[in-house]
Amino acid sequence: MSRTPFRTRYSAASLLRQGLAGQTGWGEAWRAPAPRPRYDFVIIGGGGHGLATAYYLAKLHGANRVAVLEKGWIGGGNTGGNTTIVRSNYFFPESAALYDHALRLYEGLSQELNYNIMLSQRGVVTIAHSHHDMELMARSVNAMLINGIDVELLDAEGVHREIKIANRDPHARFPIHGGFVQRRGGIARHDAVAWGYARAADAMGVDIIQNCEVTGFRFDGARVVGVETSRGPIAAGRVGMAVSGHSGVLAAKAGFKLPIQSYALQAMVTEPVKPVLDTVILSGSTGIYCSQSDKGEMVFGAGLDLYPSYAQRGNLPVGQTIIAALLDMFPRFRTLKLLRQWAGIVDVCWDYSPLIGPSPVEGLYLNCGWGTGGFKAIPAGGWLLAHILATGQHHPISAPFDLNRFTTGRLIDEAAGAGIAH
Amino acid sequence: MLALPCPHCGTRDEAEFQFGGEPAIRPPSAVTDTVWAEYVYMRSNEKGPHRELWCHAGGCGQWFVLTRNTATHAVLP
Ligand SMILES: Cc1cc2nc3c(=O)[nH]c(=O)nc-3n(C[C@H](O)[C@H](O)[C@H](O)COP(=O)(O)OP(=O)(O)OC[C@H]3O[C@@H](n4cnc5c(N)ncnc54)[C@H](O)[C@@H]3O)c2cc1C
Ligand SMILES: [Zn+2]
Repeated sequence: MSRTPFRTRYSAASLLRQGLAGQTGWGEAWRAPAPRPRYDFVIIGGGGHGLATAYYLAKLHGANRVAVLEKGWIGGGNTGGNTTIVRSNYFFPESAALYDHALRLYEGLSQELNYNIMLSQRGVVTIAHSHHDMELMARSVNAMLINGIDVELLDAEGVHREIKIANRDPHARFPIHGGFVQRRGGIARHDAVAWGYARAADAMGVDIIQNCEVTGFRFDGARVVGVETSRGPIAAGRVGMAVSGHSGVLAAKAGFKLPIQSYALQAMVTEPVKPVLDTVILSGSTGIYCSQSDKGEMVFGAGLDLYPSYAQRGNLPVGQTIIAALLDMFPRFRTLKLLRQWAGIVDVCWDYSPLIGPSPVEGLYLNCGWGTGGFKAIPAGGWLLAHILATGQHHPISAPFDLNRFTTGRLIDEAAGAGIAH
Repeated sequence: MLALPCPHCGTRDEAEFQFGGEPAIRPPSAVTDTVWAEYVYMRSNEKGPHRELWCHAGGCGQWFVLTRNTATHAVLP
């Protein structure tokens, strides 16, 4: 990272200095430049994937005319509103390669970005509720081990050792039968991932332009050569788009359709309490997942509201199902008050795997379709889109995730494979 | 919460319905893979008025086409 000239390097010494100075001397973490008329690379969407793309373009490919265009504020989309679970315990080899690449980059990211992303590898425990769940889980775990992912199968006692407060009642609606754990999984701080990439990209000359909505594309014949924005037209050598739930809206402006449907995914947090849960739990059968934040809140969610939506709110029936599933696993949470409930609009592909690579239109490249589980993938999604934009070629890790899999039929069906998709 | 109009039973709670996708016409079987993929997988996924199929699965079982605004959830005439 010596190449990155941060205006202020964050360190224990800078914290101490600022503490003594009453926190009055912190400079801006990134600039607020006006858009230039032309860039080599324009990235649409200032979420984690867009910002990481810009960072790796500058860092690894020496690109120095790069802009990220964000219609609101950076990290204000799903990146800043997700439940932050990171893991790489996927079924198919293609997915394991992709998500483990992300997890390995996450492991070094605080150092690399000089920004604490608060990665907490507290483990992710996935629960089986019946003999049949357990048999399928053993098969998945074997597949993951063959993929080189560090997972361990657990019996019921093993699960209770990991999660002290889980329901021990054998007559629970969904009793605990066993499970498996990925110890390198855990959670990270969502805003810090966006802000850390933004600050490091800015320090290498990337223009991060907020309040700049892309409203259309400029074409030269059939090739995209720029974008129309709320702050005027911007010419571009190549355009990358990473707009999650709004992928279909932008695809329509460029004249094509995607194998994606946008849904609302909701999550909730309770009031903060003392530490009681020191790992992440997931259940494939009820869809529930839960972790305890550093502030002490229970952060939890489950499945999608199952009809297309761009309304940023979750419906009541699904909300009730989520809470019922949580209380079945942790009856004592009955006394907790709910602090917040919200929903983000997620871009779900039919096989629950992302789309990375060229779009049907020349000059425009995709990083989308992450659906309910793309936070964990941010470093890899950005790394791969940067590679594709810089070289015009797929990387071996991204090639299976090309849009053409929907024509060839080589889907990567993680909806069936990995069970839960967060 | 949605209240959806079943043509047979009238307006009912969303919990009784199942979303059935965007209406599409199945192409003849002798088409290219691209045309077939377009039919099977590609979606307009509109933000705003959206034509969609629903089934009153927890009621009379009737399928029907609805136009609904996906940004507001309002059912449109
Ligand atoms: C409730 C919830 C819980 C989740 N939990 C997890 C989890 O535990 N683990 C996990 O791995 N994933 C999780 N996800 C999924 C994850 O949040 C997303 O997959 C990921 O954040 C996508 O990142 P992104 O950068 O692609 O999109 P976003 O962060 O959504 O960024 C896209 C950006 O594009 C901008 N944009 C859109 N249209 C335009 C335009 N026309 N012009 C300019 N800018 C535009 C938006 O304003 C937005 O800031 C969850 C999602 C939700 C909603
Ligand atoms: Zn009916």
